Amino acid sequence: MATVDIRGVKKAYGATAVIHGVDVSIRDGEFVVLVGPSGCGKSTLLRMIAGLENITGGQILIGNRVINEMPPKERDIAMVFQNYALYPHMTVGANMGFSLKLRKAPQAEIESRVQRAAEILNLTKLLDRYPRQLSGGQRQRVAMGRAIVRDPQVFLFDEPLSNLDAQLRVQMRTEIKELHQRLKTTTVYVTHDQIEAMTMADKIVVMHDGIVEQIGAPLDLYDKPANQFVAGFIGSPSMNFVKGKVRLGADPRLVTDSGVEMPLPAAPGLTDGRAVVYGLRPEHIRLDPQGVPATVVVTEPTGSEILVVARLGSAGQKGQEITCLFRERLSFAPGEVIHIAPQPGLTHLFDEATGNRL
Amino acid sequence: MANVTATEPSPSRSFWAGIGQGRHVIGIVFMLPAAVFLLFFLTYPLGLGVWLGFTDTRIGRAGEFIGLENYQSLMGDSLFWLVVFNTILYTVAASILKFGLGLWLALLLNENMPFKAFFRAVVLLPWVVPTVLSAIAFWWIFDSQYSIISWALIKMELISAPINFLGDVANARASVIAANVWRGIPFVAISLLAGLQTISPSLHEAATLDGATNWQRFRYITLPMLSPIIAVVMTFSVLFTFTDFQLIYVLTRGGPLNSTHLMATLSFQRAIPGGSLGEGAAIAVAMIPFLLGAILFSYFGLQRRKWQQGGAD
Ligand SMILES: Nc1ncnc2c1ncn2[C@@H]1O[C@H](COP(=O)(O)OP(=O)(O)OP(=O)(O)O)[C@@H](O)[C@H]1O
Ligand SMILES: [Mg+2]
Repeated sequence: MATVDIRGVKKAYGATAVIHGVDVSIRDGEFVVLVGPSGCGKSTLLRMIAGLENITGGQILIGNRVINEMPPKERDIAMVFQNYALYPHMTVGANMGFSLKLRKAPQAEIESRVQRAAEILNLTKLLDRYPRQLSGGQRQRVAMGRAIVRDPQVFLFDEPLSNLDAQLRVQMRTEIKELHQRLKTTTVYVTHDQIEAMTMADKIVVMHDGIVEQIGAPLDLYDKPANQFVAGFIGSPSMNFVKGKVRLGADPRLVTDSGVEMPLPAAPGLTDGRAVVYGLRPEHIRLDPQGVPATVVVTEPTGSEILVVARLGSAGQKGQEITCLFRERLSFAPGEVIHIAPQPGLTHLFDEATGNRL
Repeated sequence: MANVTATEPSPSRSFWAGIGQGRHVIGIVFMLPAAVFLLFFLTYPLGLGVWLGFTDTRIGRAGEFIGLENYQSLMGDSLFWLVVFNTILYTVAASILKFGLGLWLALLLNENMPFKAFFRAVVLLPWVVPTVLSAIAFWWIFDSQYSIISWALIKMELISAPINFLGDVANARASVIAANVWRGIPFVAISLLAGLQTISPSLHEAATLDGATNWQRFRYITLPMLSPIIAVVMTFSVLFTFTDFQLIYVLTRGGPLNSTHLMATLSFQRAIPGGSLGEGAAIAVAMIPFLLGAILFSYFGLQRRKWQQGGAD
């Protein structure tokens, strides 16, 4: 149990800088998810916390101690790898007890701690098996068992669920969350799956190209994304972005290049003719006879909901495609014209040049 | 009942039917060249050698079957027993050194270092050079007058007179072992290096985070994961060393005082220059139990571990 402070941390491999100054502060017992597209530096940051990579610049503190130069074994952290990294020549029990064995803990203590971890993770019957004799989900649990046996200050997870099938992933997601609620150990969890991030995190750190785009609680990121990147990354299906120009007046409007007009929320600093990006989540669009016309392109019903991809504007107009999500049972034919309207108060505006929220 | 037999042909019938349908025939046809090759070039000489061991054949004179007489005379032959001792000493000492140095070299080459590919290629050189050639080079290195080692040591004022490398019993044994080790290391080092590279780096990272020191990582991760390859490599190394002939024949011809005579050299000496094909064959055949023992030891003792076997229990 400890706080983790990342202060201005940079990483470069030779001349290529991959992390350009990241600041994150993690409270004791917090579950923090680092999320971002592939190659943005999530693993690198995590491995710097673990001590598997050198820190090029800045400081990392665990429990108020600078650990930049501290060897990994003294940092008291446990890591779960994407490929689990189970020792193939050791049984499940030996895998879980390995760190205690290295610490020369008494045999009885090793056994009781392994046993307790195995009970938590439902592995009691598998303790004598070898990793090869386990299913993917079981291996995943052994990897977590190896971490919790140590009772470390911090847990680090690097995409632990990405090798599992979709159903198991959902199940393990819940298990990890339960485990955290039970152990309350500070956790840093890396994923590129924003659903995992949203469902598990106390706090999400959205990274992109080696910088932090936004840090916040999941719902804050969803409700108030700081910029267009976060807006597009958080939420599934992703937010629609409509480019256009502001037309102020009694009834402010956004006018797109193809001439479609959308109602504009009040925002400070809007000047007439300013180029903006209008963000609209698919689930915040409803059918409205007075709304904007759009031509249906494709529909994707899933049973509980229906995804409609439509082109803004009526049949002839070549407007932009946007995705709408409806919870009702609807059926549309391609080419049909529907009328849609954003739910008031649930739209976002970004500056076209900087991408920042207005 | 009759219906059942009609619909389900008996196994032998379906076997012959399968052959008739051509898959088996083609399989056998494809195997034929290999089978003929094995039969003529492996089984026949081996069988002939074993047979010769039971005869008193001499060069130019067909022998007669004399049962175990060759072996009985070997039992009472003190030179034979000295040679067995030499061979075992040579094999054990050279194999241990090759393993130790080869593993060390493999671990070094597995580290990140500049010119890695170059060093890996250099390590292979002793293996690439024909044995006879390297033996001649060693002959010069070990020369009693002009040895470069003696020269260097004298220049460094560590010794005053040249070392008699091949003329003294202990020195000669050490020298041929050194030459064999030099020649055998590349095989061991490169094979073990290949094995090291199959160990996922994340295992080492996991062990580091689990608190393992470098030595503990070697002891608990590298060594156990390498053990199957070590078993195979060392089996081959032992077989090569035990049957070594060229190095000894060029360097010492078995001398001095037969102290470096090995079973292979004695077998050759008795059979070809000595003319007693039967006796030479018997000595060669006497090597087989030792070799089989080495193979069985590695096969059952080391090679396949439970954790490597896949699947459910
Ligand atoms: N050893 C290395 N040498 C040079 N560049 C590297 C090295 N390791 C990683 N990188 C670069 O650093 C960047 C970040 O890599 P990192 O593995 O942290 O990405 P990630 O966010 O974990 O991506 P993913 O989701 O695909 O795992 C990448 O652009 C990668 O090319
Ligand atoms: Mg990664």
